[in-house]
Amino acid sequence: MQTTKMAKMGLKTLGAATAVALAMAGAAVADGHAKVKVGVITTLTGGGAGLGVDIRDGFLLAVKQSGNDGIEVVVEDDQRKPDVAVQLADKMIQSEKVDILTGIVWSNLALAVVPSATAQGKFYLSPNAGPFQLAGKGCHENYFNVAWQNDNLHEAAGAHASSVGHKNSFILAPNYPAGKDALKGYKRMYSGDLAGELYTKLGQTDYAAEIAQIRASDADSVFFFLPGGMGISFLKQYADSGIDLPVVGPAFSFDQGILQAVGDAALGVQNTSQWNKDIDNAANKAFVETFQAEYGRLPSLYASQGFDTANLIISAMGKADVKDQDAFRAALKEADFASVRGDFKFGNNNHPIQDIYVREVIKEGDVYTNKIISTGLTDHQDVYAAECKL
Amino acid sequence: MPPSANSEQMTIHRRGRGLAGETIKGRAMSSILIIEQILNGLQFGVMLFLMAAGLTLIFGVMGLINLAHGSLYMVGAFAAAAVAGWTGSFLLALAASLAAAALFGALIELTVIRRLYARDHLDQVLATFALILIFSEATRWVFGSFPLFLNIPEALSGTLTLPGGIEYSRYRLTIILIGLAVAVGLFLLISKTRVGMRIRAGENDREMIGALGVDISILYTLVFALGAALAGLSGALVGAIQSVEVGMGEPVLILAFVVIVIGGIGSIKGALAGAILVGLTDTLGRTMLPWAFAAFMEPSAASSVGSSLASMLIYILMAGVLLFKPTGLFGSA
Repeated sequence: MQTTKMAKMGLKTLGAATAVALAMAGAAVADGHAKVKVGVITTLTGGGAGLGVDIRDGFLLAVKQSGNDGIEVVVEDDQRKPDVAVQLADKMIQSEKVDILTGIVWSNLALAVVPSATAQGKFYLSPNAGPFQLAGKGCHENYFNVAWQNDNLHEAAGAHASSVGHKNSFILAPNYPAGKDALKGYKRMYSGDLAGELYTKLGQTDYAAEIAQIRASDADSVFFFLPGGMGISFLKQYADSGIDLPVVGPAFSFDQGILQAVGDAALGVQNTSQWNKDIDNAANKAFVETFQAEYGRLPSLYASQGFDTANLIISAMGKADVKDQDAFRAALKEADFASVRGDFKFGNNNHPIQDIYVREVIKEGDVYTNKIISTGLTDHQDVYAAECKL
Repeated sequence: MPPSANSEQMTIHRRGRGLAGETIKGRAMSSILIIEQILNGLQFGVMLFLMAAGLTLIFGVMGLINLAHGSLYMVGAFAAAAVAGWTGSFLLALAASLAAAALFGALIELTVIRRLYARDHLDQVLATFALILIFSEATRWVFGSFPLFLNIPEALSGTLTLPGGIEYSRYRLTIILIGLAVAVGLFLLISKTRVGMRIRAGENDREMIGALGVDISILYTLVFALGAALAGLSGALVGAIQSVEVGMGEPVLILAFVVIVIGGIGSIKGALAGAILVGLTDTLGRTMLPWAFAAFMEPSAASSVGSSLASMLIYILMAGVLLFKPTGLFGSA
């Protein structure tokens, strides 16, 4: 009994010693800085997998293009389940010993993972979710959002709806943190009245009941935030319902991954985004071209956010050692990388200050895609920044 | 950080809100809207019936819990989308969904499910859960992670004006009719034909009909393929108005289980009643509850609380039914 225990302990110590030796061997990199280990937790299976796949592909493309072998990436699938995401984060922090976590698509998952990751002294860079809880009072020096605060694109949609003269909008979004941020964001910048306001179930696929209510209302326009498959279902059913009201929305309901599945039903719809494939700068042109060459499809805004996140990490790696947290944090905050969306900088709460564009869905040959028609908001920052003590 | 332009705009634009609240509160629910919602509930119900019928038949005859039923629904939708993409014909797509789901159903029955009849339910759940993972990954491998395109056929798109001035989607109306036709067909099949007689006999006493010389293994494969084909048809019909993607079957599977528990496990009649009940409860709940809460709450809070409660409603219904009829509405003790 005693001997087996001893033998086990001996093995454990040996294992730990090997791990330490390996870690030390891995630490020696050409530029003198330690290797940076990045854990990507994202949705790769089930509903909404397209979003996570795009983020991962964009991220890995940037890593590959940088040719930087000092960055090591571990990718895991959260299946869009908060409990799975929390387990993966614990595993990555405790046994994989990552320096940086990133990848989460959904706000409810981000809220479950980010506070504990930053409390354990890790950096978290969000390539998508930007719930308000983490932008205002709950902001953290180690939490950076490289996409947007959740409200931002919806604020731009509200401003756009007002500017084109919509006066009575019917608005709907799923009943989860980002859905609530969406409707709040739209209402903040929209000056008209509301014909109705609905929350749907997250993952809902049948919108007959909601569309009937839109028909019965006296709305003059519809605003909806339904990312992934939810948006596909809603748009197809809306187009079939014979309701002819103009639709506005954030880019999430009209991104590259879902437009092909919606088809003609989306043509002409105006939506707001911080990125599009026709933004005219060298980084973006190269990104769109290489992404298409690598994966055989056009990138979506999610892919652009994954790409920017990786480039931000790589830019900071050139300036500081990740083990020196203060220096690395300062390097991240400088945002000294060529963002594919053009000008990009962080506000005091580590959330972006950026332009948000209005796009329209068009058909290019056989492919449905978006084209920028105007700039919605310039150098836009979220309202929660003022509540952040950073 | 100085207050940004946003906060100024916020105060200016606030005025819209109060007015909007009153319009929502003040509006009575019109009878047209209610009838339209009842039709929506009916359509949702018959769609659930197509799923639940196969599930309950398989459980009734073979005593098997088949979690992979949702995967067959997905197989139907993907087969339909692929065939519609190649040929452009919706009828061929529907035929393909039936054929593909029946084929895969028969295939898994012969290779995997057959070995599970004698095992206990836990083994069945584990094995069929494994099938879900295999089907999902295989589908992703063949078709990729992005949703496929499947649209409503030209002839059925748009709306129809029903008596009373109700505008209703032709396609959803067609789903209701197809679902009811399948219900009648199943009823005739089970009550009037020789196969149906064997199915009923199998439900009553599996060993006895084997002893009487009926080839029970062929009957089992047949029932399984029939259930699978119905799931595939339902997937294809729904795929045209929803998103055809990997994992689309699991949410429906959960609802189908609720339906057969409410209706009584093993009963086709129960599956129909349960499906319509769940369809109506869910659809009407989603409309009525937020509206009812708006009578005494601020509209945005009412919508949020109402829709949260609405998503629990069918489970409350299930608990209520089980409280008074522990074997379900049409279940035998």
